[in-house]
Amino acid sequence: MRRISKFGWLGGLLLLLLGGVARAQLLFPPPEFESGYRMPVTTTPPGRALWLQYLDVGVLAACLAVAVWLIYRPRSRRGIFWLSLFSLAYFGFYRKGCICPIGSPQNIAYGLLHPSYSVPVTVVAFFALPLIVALFFGRAFCAGVCPQGALQDFFLIKPIKVPAFLEHGLGLIPYLFLGAGIAYAATGTGFVICRYDPFVPIFRLSGSFFLLAAGVSFLLIGMFVGRPYCRFLCPYGALLKLGSLVSRWRVRVTPETCTQCRLCEHSCPFGALREPAPPGAPAPIPGERRTLGWLLVLLPVLIIAGALAGRALSPVAARLHPTVALAELYARQQQHPVVYGVMTPEALALARMAEQPGTVLEAAADLRGRFRLATAIFGAWFGLVVGIKLILLSLRVSRTDFEPDPGACFACARCFSSCPSERVRRGLPVVTVQPPVPAAASALAK
Amino acid sequence: MPNPPKSGQVNPVSRRQFFRNGARVAAMTGLGALTGVLATRGTAAGWVWQIDPAKCLRCGNCATHCVLEQSAVKCVQAYAQCGYCQLCTGFFAPEPNELTTAAENQLCPTSAIQRTFVEDPYYQYSIDENLCIGCGKCVEGCLRFGNGSFFLQIRHDRCLHCNECAIARVCPGEAFRRVPAQSPYLLKSVAK
Ligand code: SF4
Ligand code: SF4
Ligand code: SF4
Ligand code: SF4
Repeated sequence: MRRISKFGWLGGLLLLLLGGVARAQLLFPPPEFESGYRMPVTTTPPGRALWLQYLDVGVLAACLAVAVWLIYRPRSRRGIFWLSLFSLAYFGFYRKGCICPIGSPQNIAYGLLHPSYSVPVTVVAFFALPLIVALFFGRAFCAGVCPQGALQDFFLIKPIKVPAFLEHGLGLIPYLFLGAGIAYAATGTGFVICRYDPFVPIFRLSGSFFLLAAGVSFLLIGMFVGRPYCRFLCPYGALLKLGSLVSRWRVRVTPETCTQCRLCEHSCPFGALREPAPPGAPAPIPGERRTLGWLLVLLPVLIIAGALAGRALSPVAARLHPTVALAELYARQQQHPVVYGVMTPEALALARMAEQPGTVLEAAADLRGRFRLATAIFGAWFGLVVGIKLILLSLRVSRTDFEPDPGACFACARCFSSCPSERVRRGLPVVTVQPPVPAAASALAK
Repeated sequence: MPNPPKSGQVNPVSRRQFFRNGARVAAMTGLGALTGVLATRGTAAGWVWQIDPAKCLRCGNCATHCVLEQSAVKCVQAYAQCGYCQLCTGFFAPEPNELTTAAENQLCPTSAIQRTFVEDPYYQYSIDENLCIGCGKCVEGCLRFGNGSFFLQIRHDRCLHCNECAIARVCPGEAFRRVPAQSPYLLKSVAK
């Protein structure tokens, strides 16, 4: 509330009486200057020009096109490297990582549920373009356009193989993060994916200590575990993975015949290269069918269990919403009053709420209801993801060559040059390629 | 061992291939529908964050929670609303020793407010945005005993336009909102 001194009131009254009606609400009448003083105007420096935002979309589209070309035509690792260097400079250090496709699903979810927020076309483009490319060519965006990916990629020096169970288990986190990001955006809480992006503070060279530390830790881990954020956290990567699984064209180690020489086996630092099915003995079909049958029965169970678990977590999840948090703080104050200092955010928020507690409490109750629905859907989604993952794992391997898993492959083009057929095709000297994974590390992986 | 000629297809169109094609078409249709819906209500220019001065409680978070080292929030002066007071309660600390610009007399922790003599008895107060940290102390001072012509605004030449403003989520007044990028300020104007 605006507090007004006694003197102020008098002044205001005087003003009213003197007929300064037009400016009656000001305590002190703005002066009539006699010295020819020219009053400055409040400046309003504009934000980033619209054409520059369209330029961003143009650069994104161009980079995606170049990435696809580099992966499928010259099949050039060097080209991808230079492209990702450019992307790191442009989208990372020049554009400071905002807005990027990683956070864009939140804008879409928020826009769909909040009619007052119309999603800007640039954001729609950033959301859709890399996904469309993934549906046809795989993760070309991750290969050379994403600044977050590029930054981690540069730090990779000695990749070790992550055990398969960890790879698959941790690989589920991106779906959790994506679901949480969308649920929090849909409930109008905020954009948690942006809030916890560990690399944007590095691009900006400023940010909270916690996030800067997280970013640096990711980069340090990334020296040995290739692209840890991409593989085990990135929510947009989860979408791209889904898109790439059904993509029209796929990244292959070589378009030529695979001679099964196993030279490429350890060339992927991200554990994306998959072995072909063992020759000869295909697994006994009936047993396989039975497992699949059970898993199909398990799927709805997982979905329902997920929904129930999500719903049970909703009171905790709702606390991230400022209005719910304020209502809870208020309720706590009623029972065990804590004295907050004058002009502290807590004291001010409580004072604001005390003016009309009913409205805030009502809003909080309404939000809790929405959270029950949102967290139930979130839980069901995660149940679905786990179920499908299990089903995919149970399916028989049908590939006959060493091939990158289309979902896990970042299309970085590292494995290409390890293939002797590919080297012949490109006229490169065929030396016995030293696998980039050192002996100790590959022994560890076995 | 069978070595497929190219493109990784084992059988001409295997069941999996068929499934993949179906899923891809479905995904494209979904994406198309989604962008279609969004395009019909989309905006070209987009949104930026801004502070509603009527809701700001001068809590001090604006100075400390921006992702920038020096906050993009600054105090601005609505000159037409200012009383040009000799004893500006936004400029001077409570009970100043004397009405001079000596730092110990000032409310502003960074001496960001410039006080210049206009004509007797009026003084102009303007903000040096390179010094202002957006703490809101002067805003509070001006609102309490003055005309309330100081107020906080996100300055868009400095703001990084974060997808989620880091101050918005800790603002006790819920004073932050997205405003259309074409009219990115919520200025105070002279009360009519
Ligand atoms: S997985 Fe995510 S962070 Fe990594 S390159 Fe892809 S979009 Fe970027
Ligand atoms: S955080 Fe909100 S209440 Fe605090 S100073 Fe900024 S706008 Fe005002
Ligand atoms: S008191 Fe705070 S908000 Fe006002 S000018 Fe000084 S630094 Fe800026
Ligand atoms: S949008 Fe970002 S840069 Fe701008 S005021 Fe908010 S936190 Fe600061």
